[in-house]
Amino acid sequence: MNNQQQAELVRQSLKRRYRKERRFRLYGILAIAIALAALVTLFADIIGKGYTGFIKTTITLEVPLDPQTMYLEDATDKDAFNMADFKAPLLTALHNVLPETGKGDNRDLGHLLSSYAANKVRDTLEADLSLLGTTQTMSFLVSDDVSVYVKHADDPNYSIQLSEKQQRWVDRLQERGIIQNSFNDVFFENGDSRDPGHAGVLGAIVGSLLTMVVTLLLSFPIGVAAAIYLEEFAPQNRLTDFIEVNINNLAAVPSIIFGLLGLAVFINLFGLPRSVPLVGGLVLTLMTLPTIIISSRAAIKSVPPSIREAAEGIGASRMQVVLHHVLPLALPGMLTGSIIGMAQALGETAPLLLIGMVAFIVDVPSGFVDSATVLPVQIFLWAGSPELAFIERASAAIMVLLTFLIAMNALAIWLRRRLERRW
Amino acid sequence: MNTMNPVIDQDAKVEKAPEPPAGNGINDADLEGRTVGRPFADAPKFSLRDVEVFYGETRAIKRISLDIARNEVIAFIGPSGCGKSTFLRCLNRMNDSIDICRVKGQLQLDGHDIYDPKRDVVELRARVGMVFQKPNPFPKSIYDNVAYGPRIHGLANRKSDLDDIVERSLRGAGLWNEVKDRLDTPGTGLSGGQQQRLCIARAIAVSPEVVLMDEPCSALDPIATARIEELIAELSESYTIIIVTHSMQQAARVSDRTAYFHLGHLVEVNETNKVFTTPQHPLTESYITGRFG
Repeated sequence: MNNQQQAELVRQSLKRRYRKERRFRLYGILAIAIALAALVTLFADIIGKGYTGFIKTTITLEVPLDPQTMYLEDATDKDAFNMADFKAPLLTALHNVLPETGKGDNRDLGHLLSSYAANKVRDTLEADLSLLGTTQTMSFLVSDDVSVYVKHADDPNYSIQLSEKQQRWVDRLQERGIIQNSFNDVFFENGDSRDPGHAGVLGAIVGSLLTMVVTLLLSFPIGVAAAIYLEEFAPQNRLTDFIEVNINNLAAVPSIIFGLLGLAVFINLFGLPRSVPLVGGLVLTLMTLPTIIISSRAAIKSVPPSIREAAEGIGASRMQVVLHHVLPLALPGMLTGSIIGMAQALGETAPLLLIGMVAFIVDVPSGFVDSATVLPVQIFLWAGSPELAFIERASAAIMVLLTFLIAMNALAIWLRRRLERRW
Repeated sequence: MNTMNPVIDQDAKVEKAPEPPAGNGINDADLEGRTVGRPFADAPKFSLRDVEVFYGETRAIKRISLDIARNEVIAFIGPSGCGKSTFLRCLNRMNDSIDICRVKGQLQLDGHDIYDPKRDVVELRARVGMVFQKPNPFPKSIYDNVAYGPRIHGLANRKSDLDDIVERSLRGAGLWNEVKDRLDTPGTGLSGGQQQRLCIARAIAVSPEVVLMDEPCSALDPIATARIEELIAELSESYTIIIVTHSMQQAARVSDRTAYFHLGHLVEVNETNKVFTTPQHPLTESYITGRFG
């Protein structure tokens, strides 16, 4: 074979190689495109369905706080105050804005308002009795049937529960600006509620935060310490091999098993209370530990041995080598692993169901041993509710959860960049 | 059993086979503990007798006896895998961190046993510093690289003392003029040769008595190598230097004595010019004339 023939052969094989390369690159681009499309679809679907969860429908009425209509002769009398009819002034106000309605429509009119509207009148009066006899401009949430009608009248997925007559009223009130949509601040200020209009995620957010604090405070130090010991100090023998295999196995155990463990150990054996962030955090710590240990060990392993040798060669003790050189270099990897572990824990539902964090809790928890629920469990609860208005609450809560997750991942990336850029 | 796994059998045979690739009919028994030349010295810095090193079952160093004098430069040469690096790392117990490595024999620094279980390895390494094959500065500033040793050993109480040590060490390593204006920039940003000199500065910052150098120039270009060799000559006035090298020219240029290692044996030790002009052992002669290695 002469040189020319050989060059020709090489040229032909080159063509084939380039074709292969192009094809391979195409596969890669295709895979990424599919993944992106899936992500976009997911986000579009959730946001499209859930954004109405961030909108509340209110009705603004001139409420005549007339003692006569409320049957409240003596407002200072506690019993009389408790017996008073706080719904009556609301109905009067509605009659005023809808002159065509009569006494017979009271029942239908009452359905327009949220069941907590009368409570609001009562609370206002209780706070300031001097308002008695005056007319006050007050805003109330509408009932969820009205809310669904206002937001989703054209959506076939939502069945409208209002009668023709009620729909006409609502339309007219909307035209006159008496019924309005606005940003749903209630959603971020309240805990759970039986009434979708009053249900909020604040309780779940605080519960999640408290749980995460417990998880982080326990799992990060324990995980990093375990990783350092196993990687730097533990002798290589059967026992440490056994421990290593078990840590890897634990990382693959379904999370609900950790819930069972938590129920058996923390609640039944140690007698800790149910449904509290402390126990939730402990259970999630068990779940996140393997992830943190494995990623921390990988981070420690990736520290070049030459740095270790250099420090030892100058006479640094084992501890100094670890603290001064290995740990700072491994920290970005450790933090990334930990934050990803925490993000996993934040989205975890199953183990928390078993320790009772699935309870219906209205109050925003104020401590680690207060009954609480967490965001994913709240979503789970709302998604299973029969009321249509809860579905959009669930979607809105999913968006809140996703925001937290994205924020945590962004934090992980930022921390890693920042710590790595130093050298 | 024998026929079941012939591969293992073969391996076993290879291990048992007499090794000298140089031929000459020389085998293990002829070499063990029979170093020719001048291995001993009066009032030595290091006194090493019948040193054996095992990696698991393998005997990497086979009963070597050697004295290293105060303020001398001694070069270890020999083909790859002959044990010269292993032997060097015994002198400040860098082999300790290798679990399967065991060291036997008597190794003394100034008359005190190096491998005494009661001996503090940190103190030993402060006296016997080391420079490695690949430049390995810490990912810290140039200043912190040099100051690290004095800091952990508590050699300087005041900032000004530390500054003095850093300047003295960098001057000693011939790096001061190049880096004095950027002491707070990362040591990893220097060129290869500068990094290696930084590592030398770091090693001498703790004022060791001995500096071990494990092929310090193997990753450097000829100019950087020449710079380091000059430096070794300067350092030899105040330090005992033990250098492992693959370059016979380098050994000839920098060292007072040269030790030739062969498959875990110390074959010959003598004044450097004698080793290179009139080697006494046939293996040494084969090696330095380039017949193998």
